[in-house]
Amino acid sequence: MVGKTLYDKLWDDHLVKQRDDGSALIYIDRQLLHEVTSPQAFEGLRLAGRKPWRIDANIATPDHNVPTTDRDKGIDGIVDPVSRTQVETLDKNCDEFGILEFKIKDQRQGIVHVIGPEQGATLPGMSIVCGDSHTSTHGAFGCLAHGIGTSEVEHVLATQCLVQKKMKNMLVKVNGKLGPGVTGKDVVLAIIGKIGTAGGTGYAIEFGGEAIRGLSMEARMTICNMSIEAGARVGMVAVDDTTIDYVKGRPFAPKGETWDKAVDYWRTLHSDDDAVFDKVVELDGSAIMPQVSWGTSPEMVTGVDGAVPDPAKEEDPIKREGIVRALKYMGLQPNQKITDIQLDRVFIGSCTNSRIEDLREAAAVVKGRKVASSLKQAMVVPGSGLVKAQAEKEGLDKIFIEAGLEWRDPGCSMCLAMNADKLGQGEHCASTSNRNFEGRQGFGGRTHLVSPAMAAAAAVTGHFVDVRELMH
Amino acid sequence: MRAFTQHQGIVAPMDRSNVDTDMIIPKQFLKSIKRTGFGPNLFDELRYLDEGKPDQDSSQRPINPDFVLNQDRYRNASVLLARSNFGCGSSREHAPWALDDFGFRVIIAPSFADIFYNNCFKNGLLPIVLPEEVVDQLFCETEENEGYQLTVDLEAKTVTTPSGESFSFEVDDFRRHCLLNGLDDIGVTLEDADLIRDYEEKRRQTAPWLFNSGN
Ligand code: SF4
Repeated sequence: MVGKTLYDKLWDDHLVKQRDDGSALIYIDRQLLHEVTSPQAFEGLRLAGRKPWRIDANIATPDHNVPTTDRDKGIDGIVDPVSRTQVETLDKNCDEFGILEFKIKDQRQGIVHVIGPEQGATLPGMSIVCGDSHTSTHGAFGCLAHGIGTSEVEHVLATQCLVQKKMKNMLVKVNGKLGPGVTGKDVVLAIIGKIGTAGGTGYAIEFGGEAIRGLSMEARMTICNMSIEAGARVGMVAVDDTTIDYVKGRPFAPKGETWDKAVDYWRTLHSDDDAVFDKVVELDGSAIMPQVSWGTSPEMVTGVDGAVPDPAKEEDPIKREGIVRALKYMGLQPNQKITDIQLDRVFIGSCTNSRIEDLREAAAVVKGRKVASSLKQAMVVPGSGLVKAQAEKEGLDKIFIEAGLEWRDPGCSMCLAMNADKLGQGEHCASTSNRNFEGRQGFGGRTHLVSPAMAAAAAVTGHFVDVRELMH
Repeated sequence: MRAFTQHQGIVAPMDRSNVDTDMIIPKQFLKSIKRTGFGPNLFDELRYLDEGKPDQDSSQRPINPDFVLNQDRYRNASVLLARSNFGCGSSREHAPWALDDFGFRVIIAPSFADIFYNNCFKNGLLPIVLPEEVVDQLFCETEENEGYQLTVDLEAKTVTTPSGESFSFEVDDFRRHCLLNGLDDIGVTLEDADLIRDYEEKRRQTAPWLFNSGN
């Protein structure tokens, strides 16, 4: 018998029923809910007179719409009435159905993909869904984590199952050691640059290799988070000591004997040596540079030492057209050096990079320096109330404030600009988020995706610079 | 859910690849707690020259005359012809809701992003994958012939051009069955409620930590 991949194991462990037509019912251990993709799902339940199948499998928090200032006012601090209604609706729905919610004033509130792992509500081997494509984040724990649409949110609420077809297996192996100043974000951007935004479509990606094994849980989360930017709904990393150490002692983590039993099981969550993948992609980790995206799709990315491409050199007409359009939108010239791109704003935050390590990395770069006077704004938005508290305990808030960065309250913020934090038309932003789509961070706004350290370096220089030049 | 069996309609060409969900429906419109009313804001940033706001009368806004859906010949289109990786990006079901609300029933492309593809079926919208060469040919024919229509037959899994040329496409049996019959997925799954309960009971024994609701 041939060995199984991690994905095969997770799939088999959650399979409730294989149907003849190739689809299957997969049991869902945990659903995370937020205010944007859940109201229509709850409404659907009510209209059909259905009840949630298993209430304690769900955890909710408002994150997309919440303001990042004046949070002591709670819901009243949300100025936009439409946003306020959405957050109120989540509260109402959770109260009505008895679902645990970390409300806007709860210190445990934060971005769904930050709070799940933080609470230990994300445990190795779980199947996890959320009405948000970055649910792949939780795959860092050896979880089967899918982003789903609102109809599926309703389906999981009502049945605790998801209808799925098994995907193909892809291994992305990052060999060697990463250089100093090179982070999980640079690794995942380099992977997307290599395989393209549709490279992982139809696959579940497992990230492996020496470089991945050497990364912290938070860096692994950053990588899995952006699987969807490579087209893959599911991204995963095998369980090891790093995983188990991270989970230990968290509020929802098992304790005592159950913990030991769980750990025994978790240790089996890796691909067997003789497992066969449908596709294998290898990268040399030691060759990865700090990355900067220049275009309007995450695959439009290059090393900080690189330049904006010249469409005249692209042979494929559809790609060429794409580059021309992106350069026009981004206001960049062919062959322009990345380090010559002048910035207007810097955003450090989002479910990709708003955890404590991200903030530490950024703080280390700005410490003792000042935000460039050419910038209109540089802000740091921690991923949760608990991340914020931890950062303040370590004095990171003071470092940021002293350097001239704004220190905000937790939420999605300028990652998608549903709240008041957004880019103006034509403004360039160094952002630690995950999408550089047109208009993503504000109408006409121009996003460049980078790591927290690179964003911090950009904040103090006003343009992109190789962060390694600022490190001692 | 609304059933889909056959459809004939005017084709609109959306000639760019990687059309993402932020482009299909920008985030400011996701604040709605309803499933309907997104049509006027479909492709908002491409369609209008100003920045769209929720709860605004879009008929009064300055339109971008170059955008395909603003051209008279495509205004009543119900089949969207698109390029590769259509619908990439977020999981927002508001994207198919907006396409549906505008009047689209079919989207044809060489490839789709997974979550978007899946979301379409839940809303009676049929995404069809056809080979790149065929899509190229349909783009040419659409642009050359005003009022160009395609006929889609889900039962037969075919797309037929006005000249009678027919292309077949693949679609999952389960999804096809649900769409043809307008079935409610949840109802279908709940027929297996006993199986789900059995599975759950077994897991409670073997993996009790999955049922811990915190403290
Ligand atoms: S931080 Fe951004 S990508 Fe992450 S959940 Fe929020 S909006 Fe989505």
